[in-house]
Amino acid sequence: MTGAIFDIVLCLLILAVALAAILGRDLFGSVVFFIVYGLLVALAWTRLGAVDVALAEAAIGAGLTGVLLVGAVARLRRGGVVEPTPPRPLARGAQMGICVLAAGLVGAAIAGLDPDAAGLTATVAQNLEASGVGNPVTAVLLNFRGYDTLLETVVLLVVLIGVWSLAEDRYWGGRPGLRQHAKPGGVLATYGRFLPPLGLLAGVYVVWAGTDQPGGAFQGGTILAAVWLLVAMAGLVDAPPVTARRLRLTIVAGPALFLAVAVAGIFMGGFLHLPPEHAKQLIQTIEAGLALSIAATLALLVAGPPQRGAR
Amino acid sequence: MILPALAPALSVAVPLAAAFLAVVAPRPRLLVGVTVPAMLAVMALAVLGVRQGGPLVLAVGGWEPPLGIALVADGLSTAFLVATALTIGTVLVVALPQFPIRQNETRAGWAFWPLAFLLWAALNAVFLSGDLFNIYVAIEFVTLATLALVALEGKAKQVEAAMRYAMFALFGSLAYLLGVALLYAAHGTLDIGLLAQLPAQDTASLVAAGLITAGLAAKTALFPFHAWLPPAHAGAPAPASAMLSALVPKASFYVLLRFWFDAMPEAAGAIALQLLGALGATAIVYGSILAVRQNRLKQLVAYSTVAQIGYLFLVFPLAGGSAEPQPWTAGAWTGSVFHAVSHAFAKAAMFLAVGHAVLAAGHDRMSAMDGLTRRMPMTAFALGVSAVTLMGLPPSGGFTAKFLLLTAAFASGQVLWAAIIVLGGVLAAAYLFRPLARAFLPDRGRYGTVPRAQQALPLALAMLSVVLGIVSAAPYDFLQTGRPAAAEEGLE
Repeated sequence: MTGAIFDIVLCLLILAVALAAILGRDLFGSVVFFIVYGLLVALAWTRLGAVDVALAEAAIGAGLTGVLLVGAVARLRRGGVVEPTPPRPLARGAQMGICVLAAGLVGAAIAGLDPDAAGLTATVAQNLEASGVGNPVTAVLLNFRGYDTLLETVVLLVVLIGVWSLAEDRYWGGRPGLRQHAKPGGVLATYGRFLPPLGLLAGVYVVWAGTDQPGGAFQGGTILAAVWLLVAMAGLVDAPPVTARRLRLTIVAGPALFLAVAVAGIFMGGFLHLPPEHAKQLIQTIEAGLALSIAATLALLVAGPPQRGAR
Repeated sequence: MILPALAPALSVAVPLAAAFLAVVAPRPRLLVGVTVPAMLAVMALAVLGVRQGGPLVLAVGGWEPPLGIALVADGLSTAFLVATALTIGTVLVVALPQFPIRQNETRAGWAFWPLAFLLWAALNAVFLSGDLFNIYVAIEFVTLATLALVALEGKAKQVEAAMRYAMFALFGSLAYLLGVALLYAAHGTLDIGLLAQLPAQDTASLVAAGLITAGLAAKTALFPFHAWLPPAHAGAPAPASAMLSALVPKASFYVLLRFWFDAMPEAAGAIALQLLGALGATAIVYGSILAVRQNRLKQLVAYSTVAQIGYLFLVFPLAGGSAEPQPWTAGAWTGSVFHAVSHAFAKAAMFLAVGHAVLAAGHDRMSAMDGLTRRMPMTAFALGVSAVTLMGLPPSGGFTAKFLLLTAAFASGQVLWAAIIVLGGVLAAAYLFRPLARAFLPDRGRYGTVPRAQQALPLALAMLSVVLGIVSAAPYDFLQTGRPAAAEEGLE
């Protein structure tokens, strides 16, 4: 009973916060509501028993996307960009009408679905043993549908190249983002030294645990990216220039390793085939490589394109 | 037979590996010199395999659908793979002098190469996928690589065009993903082959089909979702424009074709099919009229793409829907694929040739064409030949495509579509005549030039679109490999 009340309140809150994010006049306010929305959705996922999705939603959906959006708003303000005027009432009404119609259709479709349909859960459970890992989500992501994940990690690389190519030509070869300074002895400087070891431990643990428990390269990689960003914001380290060979190796290492394992599979039974007796080690190796590249890529996405010269 | 079986995996793996190398060790000359021949060899394997043993099916990782993902190379996928390889292969060679890596690496000189190889891998991933969620990932991959290429020039105008494209494309992705989620909830599988065997008349399937169609139409730039295309395609560097205009809208159209003809052939209602046809027809007329009014060369070529995309959608009223195969469906279906492929060659050739004319003139106003027949005869000829395909004149692939579509329109008694096809050809002549006529005028002022070997490449690509019309029988038969019964019957 209390569970049902909690769920209903949670659903209403999610709807309210989503509306606040859309209807807000002030861009920054909308971003804040969007972050809250992400956290509430993460909570909803845990209520549905999907802890892996909840972790990903909180880390990437709310956390990383939130940071990127806050950064974008700050950049727009610095650039003196005026917020666009809201559309005229008529246009707004038409937009809302279309949205309500679409939502109604989707609602009708959902109402007609079989609530007990379990999808492929049983099939995944039957094959879990041969996947090499105990967490069914990891089995799907890295083995049964590893090809999806391979393409998704490459998508991250595409996005980073896209962000970098927005740099001004004269700054090419420079370091990403602006140089950060923190007040010596201030909160940032202190936490920038105090938190990283703990964050590092947590990030590596989440990657490592992912084979048998909730976690994995995306969630762990996000934590590691946050650690690096904290240290960078404290002014303790600086990103290498975008032309640095070791930086570029780091961002392609994960996807390249994954691709190498996939191609090597051709000689062991087929593209992306992981022999059950080695599957666990192979998945852990891939996850470790991916976590490194994902962490570097996400941190560099937040840092942005190079905005200063090479020195 | 072991080698052809590798073709699907290699079609994605080879350009991916090239992209990774291009990030770390930017050596375009070497990478293009190895990757393009390697990919052409992979394509030869695929064609050989499909011709000898029928569709190549690969269950990735050894997991059969519905648990795993199947890659399927049948006649249709292989045709798109080969068209992509020939187009991008040529574009990359043309791009070599335009995106050089010298002692000091430049932004665009570096970024173009990984993005081009990634786009290649992404397109191949779309054409091979037999799973609707995997297609979502692949099409998102195409979109993001495209987005970066649109903004590659780096000026505010191109970034704005890229943002506008992002809005349309993200709307498309979300609608598609929502549809995919509904289908999975309703059927417990997203494998195209398995979905085809299930009934698809429930509410969830129909809403899903609507969402997926709307999403893919936005990505294909079908009228009224076309507004993003001209600024995006005209603003990119010419080699990027060539890939974007020739291939990227075809990827989402290809998915629509797979969805309506393979996954859910029975879900299509007559009204939906006529609506898609009507939007296509509007695109042909409206896009052509806008193309006539352009004063910039690249804009004109980009608006021509809006119009040419319209023809593709005539396949829905002409061949879609009925579970019973009609005698004209095979012709209409093949006609639209012929149109997609010959437009790919012709449009890539046209953008590359226009790019050379623009390079020589230093601007892309109409006067860049003045005296082109004397200054750069091969470029002028390439433009003429690709125009022949776009207008649908014999003996080009565009003619074969329109002939097949016209025959189907008359056979099925849908004469209105036939009228639109003819009108579209006349309008194409109208918008292409303006720049081509100027090529014969005397030139005033100073023009640079482009090396002959470079000029020859767009011409070769344009000739391909004509060859497709001359030897159309073999590709016609090849395309039928692995077709479901719905389109196997041919018109006598």
